[in-house]
Amino acid sequence: MNNGNDKKVIGKPFRKVDARAKCTGQTLFADDITLPRMLYAKLLRSPVPHALIRSIDTSEALKLDGVIAIITGKDLPIPYGILPVSQDEHTLSVDKVRFIGDPVAAVAALDEDIAFEAMNLIRVEYEPLTPVASIEDAIKIEEPRIHDYGDGGNIHKRVTLEFGDMEEGFSQADLVSEDIFFYEGNTHLPLEQHCALARFDADEKLTLWSSTQTPHYVHRALAKTLGLAASHIRVIATPNGGGFGGKSDPFNHEIAVAKLAIITGRPVKITLTREEVFYCHRGRHPVLMWIKTGVKRDGSITAMHFRSFLDGGAYGSYGVASTFYTGALQTVTYEVPRYKFEGLRAFTNKPPCGPKRGHGTPQPRFALEVHIDKIAEKLGLDPARMRREHLQPPFSVTANYLRVGTMGLGRCIDKVVEGADWNNKFRKLPSGRGVGIACSSYLSGAGLPIYWNNMPHSGVQLRLDRQGGVCVMCGSTDIGQGSDSILAYIVAEVLGIDPFDIRVLTADTDLTPVDLGSYSSRVTLMTGNAALQAAERARELLTMAVSEKLNAPIENISFADRRAFDVENPEVGVSFAEAVQLAEAKFGTIGTVGSYTPPRSPGKFKGAGVGPSPAYSYSAAVAEVAVDVETGIVVVEKVWVAHDIGQSINPALVMGQVEGSIYMGLGEALMEEMTYRANRNVVHKFPSLLEYKSPTTLEMCDVVTYLIEDPDPNGPFGAKEVGQGPLLPVPPAVVNAIYDAVGVRIDEVPATPEKVLAALRAKEKGKDARYGPKSIPHVEWPAPLKVLPPSEGGDGKEMPREAVHARD
Amino acid sequence: MMRLPKFKYLAPKLVSEAVRMMADYGPDASFVAGGTDLYPNMKRRQQTPRTVISVTRLAGLHEISGDGQSGMIIGASVTLTDIHDNAIIKRDYPAVATAARLISTPLLRNMGTIGGNLLLDTRCNYYDQNYEWRRGINFCLKKDGDICWVAPSSSVCWAVQSSDLAPVMVALGAKVKLVSTLGERMVDASGLYNNDGIDYLRKRADELLTEIHLPPVGTMRAVYKKLRRRGSFDFPVLGVAAAIDFAADGSARHARLILGGVAPSPVEVKEAEELLEGCRLDEESMSAAAEAAYIKARPLDNTDFWMNWRKQMTRPFVLRALEELKRLS
Repeated sequence: MNNGNDKKVIGKPFRKVDARAKCTGQTLFADDITLPRMLYAKLLRSPVPHALIRSIDTSEALKLDGVIAIITGKDLPIPYGILPVSQDEHTLSVDKVRFIGDPVAAVAALDEDIAFEAMNLIRVEYEPLTPVASIEDAIKIEEPRIHDYGDGGNIHKRVTLEFGDMEEGFSQADLVSEDIFFYEGNTHLPLEQHCALARFDADEKLTLWSSTQTPHYVHRALAKTLGLAASHIRVIATPNGGGFGGKSDPFNHEIAVAKLAIITGRPVKITLTREEVFYCHRGRHPVLMWIKTGVKRDGSITAMHFRSFLDGGAYGSYGVASTFYTGALQTVTYEVPRYKFEGLRAFTNKPPCGPKRGHGTPQPRFALEVHIDKIAEKLGLDPARMRREHLQPPFSVTANYLRVGTMGLGRCIDKVVEGADWNNKFRKLPSGRGVGIACSSYLSGAGLPIYWNNMPHSGVQLRLDRQGGVCVMCGSTDIGQGSDSILAYIVAEVLGIDPFDIRVLTADTDLTPVDLGSYSSRVTLMTGNAALQAAERARELLTMAVSEKLNAPIENISFADRRAFDVENPEVGVSFAEAVQLAEAKFGTIGTVGSYTPPRSPGKFKGAGVGPSPAYSYSAAVAEVAVDVETGIVVVEKVWVAHDIGQSINPALVMGQVEGSIYMGLGEALMEEMTYRANRNVVHKFPSLLEYKSPTTLEMCDVVTYLIEDPDPNGPFGAKEVGQGPLLPVPPAVVNAIYDAVGVRIDEVPATPEKVLAALRAKEKGKDARYGPKSIPHVEWPAPLKVLPPSEGGDGKEMPREAVHARD
Repeated sequence: MMRLPKFKYLAPKLVSEAVRMMADYGPDASFVAGGTDLYPNMKRRQQTPRTVISVTRLAGLHEISGDGQSGMIIGASVTLTDIHDNAIIKRDYPAVATAARLISTPLLRNMGTIGGNLLLDTRCNYYDQNYEWRRGINFCLKKDGDICWVAPSSSVCWAVQSSDLAPVMVALGAKVKLVSTLGERMVDASGLYNNDGIDYLRKRADELLTEIHLPPVGTMRAVYKKLRRRGSFDFPVLGVAAAIDFAADGSARHARLILGGVAPSPVEVKEAEELLEGCRLDEESMSAAAEAAYIKARPLDNTDFWMNWRKQMTRPFVLRALEELKRLS
């Protein structure tokens, strides 16, 4: 490993700074917090999928002893939403409901039992509207519309981007292949249900404690919907008992308890039930995909055309970004000189989809990696070698203007091929056993913020006190991934102190500088860089004071083992606390700041905002499976995974994220389904932990993890992301392995035993040995926004219209 | 969070006391043992007893006695963990130990009892949902509504028998003791169940199940196979209990083949039993029996997995059960 022997903290497997508190149950999660005179809230939710609200009668409920307040949509008329382009949510439905579970009223009562009883006394009269249950429905049913905005009827978003002359690209190919895939929706399933607690004090200051991944965005949504000055609102993100993207939106329950606290003057808490967590959702979009790729005989790609159809659910959420993400990262793994993407997101009467681990990219990655497996077979090439030979070069710009930095995918492939003994297994194992390979890439943080601004994405303040104490303050939220620890490790490395000496204070909008939140795998890279800058600035101040004291040149002063010393005479030095005292005497109170803004992306066209990142991580995985041909049951026995991390800040945490990703990926590959009964009022099929099937530890396979380290110039100490990327190769590696085992293609996840058996039966009868979607809907795509790829002299801007027409 | 409704909790020490309480409180009362079935159902308002009478402190319901030679008597409050850890049950009635070990998770087996599992409420994806969800479909026949969403033209409920031990007890020819203020009676396990998802027991509501009697083993061998999504936690979507009394020449003197998880009650496949009886377990007779079971199994779309796949699984699962039995003969 390329740690550099001089590093004391970076690259070492320290425990998390909050590990003991978590293991002993001392950590206070949102639901652990209680305040005097606290009330309990519940949300009354719609039992119908699509309807106008005729009337709401709360009079009977208000008469119930112990009910303190009830609010409905008219009390909070201002809409909100995570993206500026999708301000389509209301805290409580104002005039219509859009899915079973959409809230219509909120009750605050002395206890939860009373709130529950009151909820059932509220009378709501609905006028049903035709529900929209699927992508096909949304394309077909123009009226009634779920929303009165979007790209027509029930289409939320339609987009076409084209990079280079596609016809020419396909004409250069020796083989042009087309495939259709479907990736079923699934949800995050954090163990902790969402919880929020609000207090409004006599000085008119609102405080909200919430299990959120994005306190900054919640802060903005509260200010907007409550009409309260942002300076009067404090949002504290409590430690999250799992997030995975499911706590990244501002949520209606957060705004509702804030409003109820303002009305009643008492603290108000809500903890969602598991069923309600399914209704919050914002999970993986179900995506139907079509892909067409031209390749040369050697497997090099000449052009790729990708179409995706997203079932968005009832609200915008992150959906516009998700749509672009389904077309963004196809180009960063293997060289794609010409590329076209068409994407559509539909509104349907289901809980809204949004970002789940891998946000919009596991679905196209599944399609792409299975598609490549099929192409390799048609060309008679080994799928591992074919991938290896056509990688996107490091430090290059892709056809769709993503700037790739370090690129360790080749080494990742080599590692898993060797580790899994690929060359002796692929197409060589006995029937019923097989291996499959797949690769992937993911962002180390989105290059652009969610709302347009040119300020930093992450800020860190460092406070050093004269007794040697160091406090790191940052808006980032630890959702279990260890971001608090990363801050401590980085500061400890720079200042030569022990990470466990550092106090980390995060995710409190009153006390910590803004960090955009724990999403898009951005935290290690962005807060890490901000912390690095703040720590280096502090060290500079300390260095000056210490060099003066020791009479040693500035460049000789080093920090390690809680000391500052002269490297030429290491025994000559001062303790860290003395160094701070010297600096404080010289400069006054020692506090420094650091911040991070990602580099500007080379893409300047509309839609170029989704996809750019300061650095891309890479993963390769080989899965080995056993398939029971009589039942179709698939057991994934082992996964070998290699992840290009740039540089591990803490290899134990990196491996934990890799294994967690494999585990989540296995669930998506084999069993998880967020499904509804279209013919039964579009109810969620089974919003429960028992019946929403997710793997238990018994279903988890053995995992062999290899970390590939090649420090990226944009990462702190060279670090890239790990929280999301390693999930992506799992579903395609599993279905490619199923093909190797029994010769059937499962072009749809989850690859359940029913589908595998159906494909096996089709194969026995001499039919297409495949299970998957057979067609895609016909859609009028918008005229493409054309951008010339950099390799053809493009400048990242949309081609002038005249030129576009001239080329046509 | 989901909360339990308020209810009165009674914890009698004697069976006579318990059945008298039940007689006193009438239809608004319910017995509870481990509570792993009843309490979640109460949280979801599927069952709403005003009075809950615990049987976990009743003297004599925790005992296991006898062995394979004499037959065994198992108290209804013995936990599932104690069933599958019991050395004599494991040795003489391995199918019982296996079925108990395949129920749910270790934590729930530590609470759940054999009696509770045998009386487990029937399950259905339209029924095992909370109050708000069920309101979204306007409820169902089994609770608060007037339609069976699985089979809308049906006048009866198709909720599924989901106990792993029930098919095994029926296959073994076990008996259960039922006690009420009117006295006690012994009932064949096969006579305990009724093929109606609502009225799924032939036990009267005021009767308390106190003991399970396993017959002497003799030359009988039994196995249990379970199909479910995950290796823990999940209820069966198909259970196959097979018991064969082997003659000295290895032929089947008497056969029982019982399917669980495919109907409101355990389903006896008489056609398969007849095919097996009198012959040795060869490939032909086993395949024919599996085919008979396949025809008899008619699962509906109200559990995990596609229903036609569950039906198809009857063949390999019955076959695998019979192959294992053959190895034991």
